[in-house]
Amino acid sequence: MLKHRLIACLLWRDGFLIQSKNFKHTNAVGSAMTAIDFFNTWAIDEIVLIDVTRKQDNREMFHRDLVELSKRCFVPLTVGGWVHTIDDVRRFLTEGADKVIVNTSAFRDHAFLSAASKRFGNQCMVVSIDAKRIAPHRYEVCIDRGSTPTGVSPEAWAKEAEQLGAGEIFLTSIDNDGSQNGYDAELIHLVSNTVGIPVIASGGVGEWKHFADGIANGASAVSAANIFHYSDQSTKKAKNYLFEQGIDVRRPEFYDIPLPRRPVYRESSVSGIMTGSV
Amino acid sequence: MLAIVDYGMGNLKSVANALEGLSAEVTLTRDSSVIEQAEGIILPGVGAFGEGMRNLHTFGLVDVLRREVIEKKKPYLGICLGLQFLAHTGYEDGESRGLGWVNGTVKLIEPKGDGYKVPHMGWNNVKILKKSEIFAGLKDDPVFYFVHSYGLELDPSEESIVTSVAEHGCRIIASIQKGHIFATQFHPEKSQSAGLMVLKNFISYCKSHAQA
Repeated sequence: MLKHRLIACLLWRDGFLIQSKNFKHTNAVGSAMTAIDFFNTWAIDEIVLIDVTRKQDNREMFHRDLVELSKRCFVPLTVGGWVHTIDDVRRFLTEGADKVIVNTSAFRDHAFLSAASKRFGNQCMVVSIDAKRIAPHRYEVCIDRGSTPTGVSPEAWAKEAEQLGAGEIFLTSIDNDGSQNGYDAELIHLVSNTVGIPVIASGGVGEWKHFADGIANGASAVSAANIFHYSDQSTKKAKNYLFEQGIDVRRPEFYDIPLPRRPVYRESSVSGIMTGSV
Repeated sequence: MLAIVDYGMGNLKSVANALEGLSAEVTLTRDSSVIEQAEGIILPGVGAFGEGMRNLHTFGLVDVLRREVIEKKKPYLGICLGLQFLAHTGYEDGESRGLGWVNGTVKLIEPKGDGYKVPHMGWNNVKILKKSEIFAGLKDDPVFYFVHSYGLELDPSEESIVTSVAEHGCRIIASIQKGHIFATQFHPEKSQSAGLMVLKNFISYCKSHAQA
């Protein structure tokens, strides 16, 4: 039987990981390298890494980081952020991504999604949908990092994205993001029942039980970001919980992996200390 | 040195990362002379069968692969598309001819029953049916990462090459072995400890093969 997947979502900004609440970035939580090393040994099933920087100049830094990060990730790595063209997709793949996640660009440019899917296979293209509740039982897709309402329902867009060649839907509730109140059960249920491709639930996990709720509502995989930071063995403990609930997951054990040596620190961040200059 | 065949598709870097993590010397290449020098050949890849085969032809790789693997019996590990290419015909993206090293076809997987999604994406139990050098040291009932919509179907005469299977509302051929030709539908490079064990076994197989 196919296992339910536990996914850690890492938001990268200017060299650090950050936390997010209702799509506003809050605090920096440390290095992506540490997170990837720990989560890999702590039984995570997959990692999603998104470049959320607003600084054009730092996009290249993300590419350099990705090359190093992918060397220490022995579970599937899905990468996204500012992906607009086939070349953007290809670049992430050559830097070590296994799948690429797209949002606004796929919504605005259907031909791009369909061409990327043809070129790299539909399993490679993950469509991220950010949805906001607008009335009881009704939702709307918002693009541009949640800021532009589109008037389209997430069910309709998910179905269309599937036809255009999406291999998975990464579904985030804007209202629940960072709330710690759990996923939006109705939203997950609606979209999972509309499409034949896997749906990954995102947004709002505050306790391990919320992962089980996401699966009960039809999600193939469950993801979280904030809750995994700051605590020892976080992803393994989440896995323990799901395993004890009788949910079919990969075993919550420590996984032994050969981590390459860490590269030297980025020159810009420590050169002052190293040289003693001010 | 192991050659990872670069035909412009798939997560080649991930495969190189995993092998380098195991201290293997690898080269990503589409150069025939590098493939000729290698102790073993790895053909990874995700993507569509038709386009993949077209690329192998475009880069002139079909002949060198046949020469090295079939004639000179160099160890081969196919991953995902690298398993599917071994069939004689694929039906993804129209009908196209594969390498034809095994008697089988590649068709869309059609799970029976509710709740089975396609692509077959995620971690699944693999039932090992036959001993294979690449499975040495694995625990019983290992779990590997899969991501594919099409699968290999074999002619009954070839059934004996199946070394493991997975279940997803239908039987998925998870791996095959025909002498020195190994192939997995799952992704060892992304299957953490279990997957790294498979790759490590293949590296050892290539070493001992080269010395023999």
